[in-house]
Amino acid sequence: MSPTASKNPVSMKDRMKIPRQAMPEQLSQERAHNFNEVNLGYDPELAKLEALRCLECEKATCSQNCPVEVKVKEFIELIVAGDFLGAAAKIREDNVLPAITGRVCPQEDHCEGNCKVGKKVKPLGIGYLERFVADYEQRTSLHVAPNAPPTGKKVAVVGSGPSGLTVAGDLIQKGHKVRVFEALHELGGVLVYGIPEFRLPKHIIRQQVDYMRKMGVEFETDVVVGRTVTIDELMDEEGYDAVFIGTGAGAPQFMGIPGEHLNGVYSANEFLTRINLMKAYKFPTYDEPMLDLHGKDVAVIGGGNTALDAIRSALRLGARNAYVLYRRSEAEMPARAEEVHHARQEGINFQMLTAPVQFLSDSKGWLTAARCVRMELGEPDASGRRRPVPKQGSEFDLPLSVAIMAIGTTANPIVQSTTPGLETNKRGYIQADEHSQRTTRKGVFAGGDIVTGSATVILAMGAGRRAARSIHQYLTSGQW
Amino acid sequence: MPRPDTISLSSGCAYFSVCGAPVFKIVDAKFLAPGIKRFVLEAPRIARKQKPGQFVILRIYEEGERIPVTIENSDPKRGTINIVVQSIGKTTHLLNSLNAGDSLLDVVGPLGKPSEIDNFGTVVVVGGGVGTAMAYPTAAALKRAGNNVISIVGARTKELVILEQEMRDVSDQLFIMTDDGSYVEKGFVTDKLRQLIQGGAKIDLVLAVGPIVMMKAVSEMTRGHNIRTMVSLNPIMIDGTGMCGGCRVLIDGKSEFACVDGPEFDAHRVNFEVLVQRNAMYRDAEQRSLADFQHARTAETCASLQGGRS
Repeated sequence: MSPTASKNPVSMKDRMKIPRQAMPEQLSQERAHNFNEVNLGYDPELAKLEALRCLECEKATCSQNCPVEVKVKEFIELIVAGDFLGAAAKIREDNVLPAITGRVCPQEDHCEGNCKVGKKVKPLGIGYLERFVADYEQRTSLHVAPNAPPTGKKVAVVGSGPSGLTVAGDLIQKGHKVRVFEALHELGGVLVYGIPEFRLPKHIIRQQVDYMRKMGVEFETDVVVGRTVTIDELMDEEGYDAVFIGTGAGAPQFMGIPGEHLNGVYSANEFLTRINLMKAYKFPTYDEPMLDLHGKDVAVIGGGNTALDAIRSALRLGARNAYVLYRRSEAEMPARAEEVHHARQEGINFQMLTAPVQFLSDSKGWLTAARCVRMELGEPDASGRRRPVPKQGSEFDLPLSVAIMAIGTTANPIVQSTTPGLETNKRGYIQADEHSQRTTRKGVFAGGDIVTGSATVILAMGAGRRAARSIHQYLTSGQW
Repeated sequence: MPRPDTISLSSGCAYFSVCGAPVFKIVDAKFLAPGIKRFVLEAPRIARKQKPGQFVILRIYEEGERIPVTIENSDPKRGTINIVVQSIGKTTHLLNSLNAGDSLLDVVGPLGKPSEIDNFGTVVVVGGGVGTAMAYPTAAALKRAGNNVISIVGARTKELVILEQEMRDVSDQLFIMTDDGSYVEKGFVTDKLRQLIQGGAKIDLVLAVGPIVMMKAVSEMTRGHNIRTMVSLNPIMIDGTGMCGGCRVLIDGKSEFACVDGPEFDAHRVNFEVLVQRNAMYRDAEQRSLADFQHARTAETCASLQGGRS
């Protein structure tokens, strides 16, 4: 970038002296008792100040490390110039869900992890800025860019999670007709049932979906593809020229230890679905019942973002003690550092190197305690992380009313088992080419967690982008 | 306390019809017995695919919970399905207050594995209470497959016996049992089953659908005689697609999901105690919801009566 083109009045040297602008957030003592969003977002002043820190690198390594290749440098430059709507439009060229990724994308692994500023001081707050312009756009104007002329082709998208929404948004712009089928009654998939209100408010997802409706995308809820209608019926009888499968890795896993059937033992999926989708925290306004957790002890088993979402929700439902039981040490925890930090501030009790071996109950089948063992780290395992080994004689009982299993999810088999010729791997995930996202069935593409196993929102969106590109190519060339 | 009524129903539907989501209209609704109502719902996609033994999950209005209900019958040409609902908690009481012309916000399905239909030989179909409505489509399919179908329909009292004519039409023999003896024969369905077994009837399969205590009693009776027995389980569910795991039941000591691995299971492998325990999990909240709902309904009725007088 030539110096004359830069709108940034601050010298390169001084840019490094501006500290990273902290995200304003709700006080931890207050937010631990409500479901309102933790992060409050930048105002225009903070956003402009933060944007000034960008070094406008010639080689924008930030964008190179983004699964959907957002033009980071260009949108930051527009913020510096005060053109927030222009910045939002720039992001939308590559990312149809900026208000969502601005909140839940692990930027430290992508753009911010590759930011040159971050080599010396804290990296540019790219995620915070993305969120700011997306919210600004939402508040002020929502200009919908016109789509390409109709092609006469129809695409069915199975699942309205991050990969499906990305495919739909990209293909509608190319002039194809797109209809998204969702099994649940709300649109958004894991964004709706999995991620709590305090991290990703539901109205944000609704806004993003409404924007896609304005673009022309059709949605049909209450359709379990594989049961209500099959992939073959969609193609042969309903006239879809291509299908994208983005059904996610929705099936919960359990440990297989004694007592997992007890009342009070939940999968993280169930616990979070009751709260997020069914709004159990609003009982009795909403009919969904939820255990009253006031004065009760609750533990989540697992160390990922889902585990933290679940236990922080339990805290907000009144839990007296809220534990994270993780069998490895903090260094191996897959959860985002920001989430661990927030959870600690709120008073979550982390029990590292600890795992349950059995759940104990009263005579009526209600959970009373988890029998746990302490672990130590041994030799590295297949994942490259040091394998946890139980310490002899370290067993102890932790009194609990609720235990939430957040040890990962696996492929839901409904679509695969009802679609002849759609091949899966040993673990039940759909086989799809990693560049074209093509499956073993002509005209059928797949992407996101149903191909890779549980990953992140942004990786699913990256797969959606690749799939959209290759679906468009297939529809226009007719070549498989 | 919000009062779920037709106002919230119609506002919900208006939102959804704008958004292009399906609206599930009630085209017919009739009480079969006190507290037991049959609905004919417009659900063309489900009607096309439904097989005996499968169920739907429905939600009445925006703040409502999702509940599973077995499909009693379907008419693919008309695009309708039938469900039979007994008033037990708030949601079922509310549902049974709806009539033709009203709509449900969400109906999704058909869910679960269909019943296994084959020519087994002689099959005894046991339906207890509202369970008769769930046993009926499978009994009909078994009859069509060439089986000798013996049906035992049980109810607490005469007026709660449902689908008598329908069951008679698909059975080679039909026995009706009432707990209080007010209709046909006094006794439990298991009394009749015991009679049949002791009478030397060669039974190849028993299908039992009804209250858990009844299914458990049938299971214990047939176990000793090595008669293969299927039961349709009704645990608490949310999504119905294998996503939440809330409906897990212990089958031979191992967790299975009733929504995708069932709802029908080999009775002799089912842990009924755990099923009873898990179904009691939200009893306090359920009772509170029902009490609030009935209180609101009573207040509403009083207000309208007073309004009428003035």
